[in-house]
Amino acid sequence: MLIDEQGQAGGQVWRAKDRSILSAPATPESRSGDNLRERLAASGVRQMTDTRVWQIERQGEHWVIHTLRNGAAGRLHSRAVILATGAREEAQPVRGWTTPGVIGLAGATALFKQSIRLPGRASVVAGAGPLVFFVASEIRRLGGTVAAVVTPNTRADWLARLPSMVARPDLLWRGGRWVADLMLAGVPIYWGHAVKSVSGDDQVTGVTLCRLAADGTPLPGDIGIAADSVCLGGGLAPSTEAAQLAGVAIRYRPELGGWVSEAELDGSTAREGLFLAGDGCGIRGAVAAELHGQIVARTALRHIGQASASDPALERAYRRASRFGEAMTVLSALRADPIGLATPDTIVCRCESLTRRTIEVEIESGAVSSNAVKSGQRAGMGPCGGKYCQSSVARLIALHENRALSEIAPPTPRPPIRPVPVSALAGDFDYDDLPMPKPAPL
Amino acid sequence: MIRLVPDHSARIQRTEKVPFTFDGVALMGCAGENLAAALMQAGVLHLRNAPGDGAPRGAFCMMALCQECVVFVDGQSVESCRLTVSSGLVVKSRR
Repeated sequence: MLIDEQGQAGGQVWRAKDRSILSAPATPESRSGDNLRERLAASGVRQMTDTRVWQIERQGEHWVIHTLRNGAAGRLHSRAVILATGAREEAQPVRGWTTPGVIGLAGATALFKQSIRLPGRASVVAGAGPLVFFVASEIRRLGGTVAAVVTPNTRADWLARLPSMVARPDLLWRGGRWVADLMLAGVPIYWGHAVKSVSGDDQVTGVTLCRLAADGTPLPGDIGIAADSVCLGGGLAPSTEAAQLAGVAIRYRPELGGWVSEAELDGSTAREGLFLAGDGCGIRGAVAAELHGQIVARTALRHIGQASASDPALERAYRRASRFGEAMTVLSALRADPIGLATPDTIVCRCESLTRRTIEVEIESGAVSSNAVKSGQRAGMGPCGGKYCQSSVARLIALHENRALSEIAPPTPRPPIRPVPVSALAGDFDYDDLPMPKPAPL
Repeated sequence: MIRLVPDHSARIQRTEKVPFTFDGVALMGCAGENLAAALMQAGVLHLRNAPGDGAPRGAFCMMALCQECVVFVDGQSVESCRLTVSSGLVVKSRR
């Protein structure tokens, strides 16, 4: 059984087109995605699409997976569960990043892959690692205009990663083409820069850039650029909430995207019958994730008593793909101070409209953990579940308390990990059924 | 001008346009298109007002996490990036 939040399998990298697209030129992602979906359809695996998992718990010998589909709650029992939750996109809060017309960099790829639409007429594309060049290139391929590419990485950062990138000459070549095409088209590329603020009231009208020092601090000398849309990315972070609910510990590994779920190479975890695959246990990229899925599937099959030998060649290929992916993750994390560009009145928590100042006042009054800030000010308690503010809140606590980020855990995830309408649960639960977890440590 | 990345926009074929409404305003979108994308294409970016300061907000993550693009359809609040356009769809905002 495959449970997928989206209408068709594929996640973010192999996201399928919606029904409005009758035909379109194939891309490497659409080709491999269609191929995977065809093989999935032929495999006889049952698919539950448009289904959200909002709680996972252990009952006796089984895992109980609580689902929500078409407004109706359901439960599945299974001896073996593989969580392939992938990544979420981080965002660096800057003044005006909540203005309509600002979308995530990964969000832009969803728009391209699913609906083949552009974010606007003239877009500033800003972020780290290879994703920023992919998005800018896709805008050009779909007939749009890139007003500027802005990346905190310098050309020297990229050169330093070349040895690891040689492991995948095909991907290196593809990325090189994106950059060369942008340069030929005269699109300005601001290396070592970041978007400092976004202007516009109910729609983006432009951005202000600044150059960054080697440690990520903004330098004086603002550059203004007119645009009606911004694709803004702050790197990828593993989605760990589902594994945390199931009792898997997390560890701070900045070189793998931040807090990662603890799992062995073969996907096994400290919890029996629970396995993790792909970017959820560390950002290593799509190529590595696909190979990891094959390794972890073998482990899960052995767990339920089916013969499935491990494959050394597969593991070697996975290690090779991981080296490339990890080099890209480090690039995405370089120079990125998650809070360095936020002014006191910049909104940090979008759900509750909480500014940097409000959160700092809370920290100064003694809220020195993510859970305490969540309890005190609701930062992380809104409908997004803290996905877009937790890194910023942790960074603010680290700054004020002079502590390492590795000591400041994200807020304890609570069910539901996806929004669930009360009507879907009413009548289904007895009071005794309600999970009553221990209070989060403050 | 030499292009290393070709312009594919003319080679994309879409379904027919159908009418739908957003807060009573008549819009057109391709049948089966993702609603958040269709609204963006129609120039409708302001989908709701933020709690607290009431500032305008629009679709942000495009992957059903951030909840910024939530709209009302049939009385249910749903992320518009998880809905599709159909003829006669009535969308109400949280503005």
